[in-house]
Amino acid sequence: MRYAMAVDTKKCVGCADCVVACQTENNVPIGYCRDWIVEVTDGTYPQLEIEIRSERCNHCDNSPCVRCCPTGASHYVEGGIVKVTPHECIGCGACITSCPYDARYGHPDGYVDKCTFCDHRIQDGLQPACVSVCPTKCMYFGDLDDANSEVSKVLKKRKFKTLIPQAGTKPQVYYLI
Amino acid sequence: MAQKRRDFIKISSLSAAGLIFGAQQLSSATKINSKSKLGDFGPLDTLRTPTYCEVCFWKCAGWVYKDKEGNIKKVVGNDDDPNCNGRLCPRGTGGVGMYHDEDRLKSPLIRVAGKDGKQTFREASWDEALDVVAKGLQKVKDEHGAECTALLTHGSGGHYFGTLLKAFGSGNIAAPSYAQCRGPREVGFIATFGDGLNSPEPTDIRDTRCLVLIGSHLGENMHNGQVQEMSDAIDKGAAIITVDPRFSTVASKSKFWLPIKPSTDIALLLTWIHEIIENEWYDKNYVEKYTYGFEQLKAHVKNYTPEWAYGITTIKPHVIRETAREMANAAPSVIIHPGRHVTWYGDDTQRLRAVAILNALLGSWGRRGGFYVPEKASVPAYPHPQFPKPTRTWRDAMGGKYKLADLALASGVCDATIPSADLDCHIKAWIVNGTNLIMTLPDPKKTLEAIQNLDFMVTVDTMPMEITGYADVVLPECTYLERWDDLRVIQGREPNIALRMPAAEPKYNTKPAYWIAKELANKMGLGDYFAWEKFEDKLDWELKQIGSSLEEMKRIGVKNLPREFGPLYYQKGQDIDFFTNTGKIELYSTALAEEGFDPMPKYTSHMEPPAGFYHLNYGRAPQHTFSRTSNNPNLTDLMDENVVWVNPKVAKEWGLKSGQPIYLQNQDGVVSDFPIKVRVTERIRFDSVYMVHGFGHNNKKLSRAFGKGASDSQLITRVLVDPIMGGTGMRGNFVTFRFEKESEVTS
Repeated sequence: MRYAMAVDTKKCVGCADCVVACQTENNVPIGYCRDWIVEVTDGTYPQLEIEIRSERCNHCDNSPCVRCCPTGASHYVEGGIVKVTPHECIGCGACITSCPYDARYGHPDGYVDKCTFCDHRIQDGLQPACVSVCPTKCMYFGDLDDANSEVSKVLKKRKFKTLIPQAGTKPQVYYLI
Repeated sequence: MAQKRRDFIKISSLSAAGLIFGAQQLSSATKINSKSKLGDFGPLDTLRTPTYCEVCFWKCAGWVYKDKEGNIKKVVGNDDDPNCNGRLCPRGTGGVGMYHDEDRLKSPLIRVAGKDGKQTFREASWDEALDVVAKGLQKVKDEHGAECTALLTHGSGGHYFGTLLKAFGSGNIAAPSYAQCRGPREVGFIATFGDGLNSPEPTDIRDTRCLVLIGSHLGENMHNGQVQEMSDAIDKGAAIITVDPRFSTVASKSKFWLPIKPSTDIALLLTWIHEIIENEWYDKNYVEKYTYGFEQLKAHVKNYTPEWAYGITTIKPHVIRETAREMANAAPSVIIHPGRHVTWYGDDTQRLRAVAILNALLGSWGRRGGFYVPEKASVPAYPHPQFPKPTRTWRDAMGGKYKLADLALASGVCDATIPSADLDCHIKAWIVNGTNLIMTLPDPKKTLEAIQNLDFMVTVDTMPMEITGYADVVLPECTYLERWDDLRVIQGREPNIALRMPAAEPKYNTKPAYWIAKELANKMGLGDYFAWEKFEDKLDWELKQIGSSLEEMKRIGVKNLPREFGPLYYQKGQDIDFFTNTGKIELYSTALAEEGFDPMPKYTSHMEPPAGFYHLNYGRAPQHTFSRTSNNPNLTDLMDENVVWVNPKVAKEWGLKSGQPIYLQNQDGVVSDFPIKVRVTERIRFDSVYMVHGFGHNNKKLSRAFGKGASDSQLITRVLVDPIMGGTGMRGNFVTFRFEKESEVTS
């Protein structure tokens, strides 16, 4: 079991529905977010290109945040999902500093919070909130070990990249390009 | 919009991330120090109730979920709803913010004057406030006649106040969604095909092979079903052609981007028509069988060559040829999209005629991948007495103009309110429901002049929008999540209905619009028009007429019904009687000719910006609907102000930097109330600036929206009225930059 996500940059319109759906699904306080939109413009008028990405924790195979956590609050669960146990977190912020993707934030209640791939939904057989709400259906989620999962199929078919691969974290969110 | 947190500034737009950036800094620096109770991460699906969204006009159906304590937590799309297919847009998902917004109107308010003459609002009971409204309307009726009252409305409440006003004896019922938005395309398409487009537009985007967008920025305007289908079309390899002075989001997903010079679209359209006719790329059988006036059209466009258009539009001739061929190759699975907000330059009906003609030549009307034939459920209305026939309407004040308008003009009502010697119908009272006319109508000064001439005005809203500040009585409506409403009955591939029921009791002292209208009717002696006891009884009666019931709809939310009037597309060789004078698709419009207008569209040049001024273009952001969402806590969290897009060459000339606040001044000397931040970007032409509509609120009661960004409406003082149907063209305005705010000057 290896959960992963693919985001189709050719379809994403950057509407941020994934952001607000995550907020309402996961009680993320206003002013914070577990996922966000990046829009990169290249070129000069009129030869232009835009890449739009919905970004979140990459649930890396080799996660610096898990390695550096002094209390073990940051940990892996089944399928390689990186999670934080709030009551074990002392809010030291080491994980926030170690993450090359800036995927974690300090929750006002005093612990560090981040994307969980909505594992509470996965357990119920649902897709993560961001994936299920996206009006462009630009996100694919599933088990990479299952060749028939949506994410496996789309990664077989399309060109993709990961973010900051040189950090050696082995990120598990793929961007279709 | 963009919210990459720490490094957002260097790579992305400025609009939204300012706040997120700030919050993130705050959180990492100061907030990680106390350990307190854990969040509740459990699923929130203990109880769900059906609704359809009221954040925009698309009205997607969804489910409202509450937590264990009964608090509304989230709204999720209904899988069976053809408008959303289970996926709401950011505004629908963030609709919970409308319910939670602590700035909501909380009590009925009555305008009172103190001893010092200063006017204030006093909180009142519903009974007292409705008494004042009933008396205010009755007084106007007694002194001037019932025809001197008007309803200006947007959204669900319009049904009930419309019934009230018609029962009262007035036919002045107008929505800005017509003359300020989609009116010209309805008239242009009716003149051509005998049918308008209505909503949602019957564009068969999911199966199209070529989608042409002219100034329409799908994806930034989150017309949910269309955005979803556009994504499907991209998956299937459809070609998108985007015509826009700005490199919109969808331009970045297009095979062709045509950065057209603003106001020259008709030249491009006529040239495309020329190319398709000259090269004989049109659908010959379709044109022969279904259309009228082909030879006149052919002669009409003879000289509109790509070389001619190049000089006007700045689009290179080979690009015009290639794009025409692209459309022809895809035909009939091609859509030259009519757009939605099309009141631009005053010749908008004619521009939309050109769009309709192009679709007709390519045979896309009634064809797969073009425009499907929509159907709509017919649900009998709950019985009520006949309405009295008004003796006069706003039309009488128009001097015989705009006869082809198929709906009332909000701007016409406004005109008919301002006294003038020519008018025989002065409107003296307004009911304003769910529309912030100060930002909705162009030229707010004129709107205010009309308001100052009213004897009485009542506004119904959920939020203290600017318009409420001018009312004699303000009635606080509860949000869509707290009320029943009429069934959603809209057109689609299949007829369908959707139910909205309250997920929670109304917060504060707020009431649903149907209740307000019924209570008012009772006070005005018009109770027979609202004969139902409880609103649920009315819904149940209506549903039972079509073989459903309230009980069933509570369980399923959306019901799709079988088509009744034939297939989704025209069948091969099918005889069709179009609702036009000739019974054909009119390439040459006999209706327009009869009224003395050009039977075929012509290009006329429009004013160009003076030196140092730029075309003021405006549009939508996917996180907001008009000005109505700009205080929503969830949506301001995504985007809390607008920015002005400026080409780097222009920025260099003025010494502007991204993030710098700047005032805008228009050609008439009007300066924006508030500064707006600059976004220097290659994504816009050097002769234009761009901003998202709906910001720059000046009501301090909107605590999150006050003073954030600038209002485009304020700068739209030059209104180009469409002589055919009275649409208010808003794109003929130019702005320049001001580093400091000075008092308004007249140039």
